[in-house]
Amino acid sequence: MATTMAKALNTALADALAADDRVVVFGEDVGALGGVFRITDGLQARFGENRCFDTPLAEAGIVGFAVGLAMSGLRPVVEMQFDAFAYPAFEQIASHVAKLRNRTRGALSVPIVIRVPYAGGIGGVEHHCDSSEAYYAHTPGLKVVTPATVDDAYSLLREAIDDPDPVVFMEPKKLYFASADASLPARTEPFGRAVVRRPGRDATLVAYGPAVPVALEAAEAAREEGWDLEVVDVRTIVPFDDATITASVRRTGRCVVIQEAPGFAGVGAEIAARVQERCFHALHAPVLRVAGLDIPYPAPMLEHTHLPGVDRVLDAVARLQWDDQPDARWAAA
Amino acid sequence: MTTTPQAVRRASPRTRRTVTPPDPARSLLPDAEPVRLLAENGTPLPARTDYPEPPVEVLRELYRRMVLGRRFDTQATALTKQGRLAVYPSSRGQEACQVGAVLAVRDTDWIFPTYRESMALVARGIDPVEVLTLLRGDWHCGYDPTEVRTAPQCTPLATQCVHAAGLAHGEAYQGRDTVALAFIGDGATSEGDFHEGINFAAVFKAPVVYFVQNNRYAISVPLSRQTAAPSLAYKGVGYGVPSEQVDGNDPVAVLAVLTRAVAHARAGKGPFLVEAHTYRMEPHTNADDASRYRDNAEVDAWRDRDPLARLETYLRARGVLDDAAVAEVAEQAEAYAADLRTRMNEQPTVDPLSLFDHVYAKPTPQLIEQRELVRAELAAARDEEGDA
Repeated sequence: MATTMAKALNTALADALAADDRVVVFGEDVGALGGVFRITDGLQARFGENRCFDTPLAEAGIVGFAVGLAMSGLRPVVEMQFDAFAYPAFEQIASHVAKLRNRTRGALSVPIVIRVPYAGGIGGVEHHCDSSEAYYAHTPGLKVVTPATVDDAYSLLREAIDDPDPVVFMEPKKLYFASADASLPARTEPFGRAVVRRPGRDATLVAYGPAVPVALEAAEAAREEGWDLEVVDVRTIVPFDDATITASVRRTGRCVVIQEAPGFAGVGAEIAARVQERCFHALHAPVLRVAGLDIPYPAPMLEHTHLPGVDRVLDAVARLQWDDQPDARWAAA
Repeated sequence: MTTTPQAVRRASPRTRRTVTPPDPARSLLPDAEPVRLLAENGTPLPARTDYPEPPVEVLRELYRRMVLGRRFDTQATALTKQGRLAVYPSSRGQEACQVGAVLAVRDTDWIFPTYRESMALVARGIDPVEVLTLLRGDWHCGYDPTEVRTAPQCTPLATQCVHAAGLAHGEAYQGRDTVALAFIGDGATSEGDFHEGINFAAVFKAPVVYFVQNNRYAISVPLSRQTAAPSLAYKGVGYGVPSEQVDGNDPVAVLAVLTRAVAHARAGKGPFLVEAHTYRMEPHTNADDASRYRDNAEVDAWRDRDPLARLETYLRARGVLDDAAVAEVAEQAEAYAADLRTRMNEQPTVDPLSLFDHVYAKPTPQLIEQRELVRAELAAARDEEGDA
């Protein structure tokens, strides 16, 4: 049955609330309104104001409140309304959510899910389109998850809520309303497993979140150029699946990493480094990255220049030294 | 102009005052002066019906734990000078606050301390070696927070204020009558999380007592740089939270005010804010040089308001504390300090491999790899030692 990622997330929250009395869902506008993206639609009506509720408009407060609730034995799922709106909560996330288990040698755990609608491609004005995953992925103690399919949206969110550790659950906004065939409740591969979305022989495209559909589209277009590309969906940035990605690149011998976030010091840089460390002798070309530009997220009329699209991916694939010549781009340097 | 006497009466402010309900904001404000039940010289002040004096056996226990607390604090400072602790933020001079607050809550309540609450933690009965783990440096939090219902000592300022609100709400949601007591200093009331915490607690009517120890300095910065408010307790009114200010060097008043605040929270009336006016007798930590920002004369003036001497004088005058009792408590304190000294002089064992144990419930493949790397490094180092 065709359904959207938004509906899958909504169903996952409803099923988690029904399955476990300890689950509470809260944030800004998540009650009567059902969230600005309607991810919490109908939850307050069905489960009551104690289980799904609006809070004061204060993100550090929301996350810190969740820490206290978790200490009392509950399983809070909080919504940060937009990526950039989560920044006030960063101290709570980095200093407490991520560290409490470690600080207390496992005596306290904080099984919190922090849902972050993120990334662009929706024509949003400034502060509504950041790709903030690297901040979280760089913070030991957090798990960082980002679904790219409808099935994964459901399954990964259910797993995040059941997980004993805090999970930053990053939802690609531009995929919310894309629909796909799915039969909920779906259960897909667990945390820590990347998935080959499209098998191919010639090169591996590694992507996550909003970049996965771009990679799949590029792989389809590449057939015309005679390239058979494999697409790997990272799914869970932390814990990271080196094994699946390494196996794929060793098979294909070439790799392009795609992310929407600015490239410098990003998750893609980490992936490229890990692939190079593990696959050096299998590589026929340097690992390339296709990323957002190193600029603050642009105004809506300029965002398509910033976002890595199919053409940029194909240009990178073309530079993978198919004729055994050095990459012309670096020749002058 | 002609008016009937009746009309005059209706219009008079006096009449209006009697028919208008009291301004709700005013009822939230603290007393204009800090509540005080003992004068600085230990003589009792007129009793107050709103803050009844705690029972005498509780005051004797307050005295005992304050003596122990001060001895602990002195010992911790000495251990720092001997290099046994990396750093120690003393709360000398704040014994009435540290111990009084802890005595106002039950063992089943939760407390949320900052790094300056080591004395409060030992007053709560936590093993002093576990309290000092953070400062000795063998781990971060030495005690099991769930066992002693005490959050890890909080260094990021004011962040614990929101945790207290969440915990208190979560406990109430699950049908338990737990109160959360959050400690905070004067400087940290400038942080956003103080305001977010007290606001969340107020909106959700969470049973939290926010206890501000205003010891006049945030490291070196005086109170005048933190606030223009007449009192930090005035910060409650904007959030709809009743508040009080208390003489933080009057142990009887601190316990009386906090007892009422805790009862208010437990009765389901929401949070309560207390500001205690006190003074940090020592520098911020052993690494600080207080002479750069405050005069000795100021410190000496506060020495005359010593909370421990004040309580001792009062209890002696009431005839419930004599030389023998004082000597017995002093002996207990010495034994406590001696035991702490002995145990702190033992070198703690630390295991580098434990660094990977609690980052996640189950280590990631990457952490397992890194653990193996460290294990191999340690083995190689042991082999080298063996060869040498």
